[in-house]
Amino acid sequence: MSSVQKPFDTGVWHRLHPLSPLIRAGRVLVGVAVVFGGTLIQNSQDNRNGEVIRLGVAVILVALGAISWLVTRWRVEGNDLRIETGVLRRSSLRFPLAQVQAIDIVRPLVARIFGLSELRLRMGGATGHSGRLAYLTEGHADAVRAQLLAIGHGVAAETDESPERVLISVPVGRLIGSIVIGPAAIFLVVALTALIITAVLSPEAAVGIVGSSGAIGLGLAGFLWRRLNSGFNLTVAEAPDGLRVRSGLLDTTAETIPSGRVQAVRMIEPLLWRPLGWCRLEVDVAGRQRVEGENSQEGHQLRAVLPVGTRTEADWLLSRILPDAPVERVRPPLRARWKAPLRYRNLSWGHNETCAVTTTGRIARVTSWVPLTKVQSLRFVQGPLQRKLQLATIYLDTAGRSVHAAIRDRDADEARAQLGELTLLSRAARRTISARRAGAMPAEA
Amino acid sequence: MRRVQILAVSLVAALVVVALTGVEAMIGTKPSLTASGLLLAGILIGGFLLDRFAQRRVRAWAYRERDDDLMVRRGVFITRLSVIPYGRMQFIDVVAGPIERAFGLATVRMHTAAAASDARIPGLQADEAARLRDHLAELGESKAAGL
Repeated sequence: MSSVQKPFDTGVWHRLHPLSPLIRAGRVLVGVAVVFGGTLIQNSQDNRNGEVIRLGVAVILVALGAISWLVTRWRVEGNDLRIETGVLRRSSLRFPLAQVQAIDIVRPLVARIFGLSELRLRMGGATGHSGRLAYLTEGHADAVRAQLLAIGHGVAAETDESPERVLISVPVGRLIGSIVIGPAAIFLVVALTALIITAVLSPEAAVGIVGSSGAIGLGLAGFLWRRLNSGFNLTVAEAPDGLRVRSGLLDTTAETIPSGRVQAVRMIEPLLWRPLGWCRLEVDVAGRQRVEGENSQEGHQLRAVLPVGTRTEADWLLSRILPDAPVERVRPPLRARWKAPLRYRNLSWGHNETCAVTTTGRIARVTSWVPLTKVQSLRFVQGPLQRKLQLATIYLDTAGRSVHAAIRDRDADEARAQLGELTLLSRAARRTISARRAGAMPAEA
Repeated sequence: MRRVQILAVSLVAALVVVALTGVEAMIGTKPSLTASGLLLAGILIGGFLLDRFAQRRVRAWAYRERDDDLMVRRGVFITRLSVIPYGRMQFIDVVAGPIERAFGLATVRMHTAAAASDARIPGLQADEAARLRDHLAELGESKAAGL
């Protein structure tokens, strides 16, 4: 044990930062203000009544916040992190630290103003809760994170993090450029132009359109904003436990992609970006799921380790994530054009002992890499048209949610042979991994 | 199993047509006998064709226990062949609906960590389904691999 002051003592209950309920309610408060704002203005003549209501609401909110702070506590018991919360429905969550895939640090805007941050524990498995410690003071959060990880890895708790090496960062100008020529932005421009034209021709119709499309516009703006925020100032650094991705304009996150947990990697080259030679690199990690509450949409998407970058940058980053990605790719037979006229020019696939790569896409070119150790099952599928043309598709199913690696429209005989070979290769890859793990176990323990 | 269900559906539909004809007659509007007859014939022929298709579908469904993985083949128009390694199976369901139960059948469903690789084998004898489930669970445990 190090002599330096430890961030927390094990086996003792701790509370979160007293301001936590206020920050957690940040967005709700805005809503409350909107709802009550109207009533307050109406009541402005009857001033005393309004004051009383306002005071009552404030007192109730503060009391609720204080109660929620009082009943929430956490502690480390042996190798588990336990979080207790709730008054009426009291819940006690237990997170085995050895199964933690990664701990992310999230800082929403309001929390940043108060110098607080949230720890988010990502567990393995498709379902299950993810643990949240919201909120801790910034320096404390980093130290707690390090100690939790140390306990999880069975190492003596060391407070200082091992050094990181920055691999890549995304220039802001290029990020904005990539959003401006993205599909959503183009749609926005087209829609606005159409709206202006309608407004000139018949103002009443335009008003109607604006009224009915408000939600769509809001959703679109939100999407663009998330793209900007999640990619802003993004840096990828190499840390001992994986790749550390930091980003954010108003809400900042520091996320770790544990090495060996990557289920699949995907590179997207949209048609509009192609003249500029740009692409987007995303990874799919097991145990990355929706977190209830604030950033629910973010958890649904893949993590972009490179929101926009050149092919060279993407290739280089890929080589850090998957060291032996296959380079050679073969195209499908020419007759596949009849089955997939739009996709044909993008179709190809390749593999080596440990990894498979496929490309597809009608408009944007999508390249997916799947490490064969991560293949859950293989499927050979042949539709009626494919049977006529003697073609078949092989799907590589992975535990990730969004990457669908498919070796499309290959010659049927070739596909049949490859199904057998891929089965053998992924079995061999799995064996090496389990053997390595079994060998490493005694040394670690 | 599927065959039974589809035959039952076409029989029910035919009965409904007969009943409708009866109701029409009772209300007094002149029931068009030829029309309902044609409808009945159409339903019976449709049921027969569906039954033929269901038979082919059932015959196409097959599975094979290999040393390290389970292969499931299915489909008539779209043929699918899934290879699921035992070590990747997270859990195995045995489901039997009321009709399946009446015929002593059950469906075994395999789940892996990937949502896309959900494979099932319907219409197994109940004891064979139980045997398969236990066997797969046992193999899955001995060959389990982490994510």
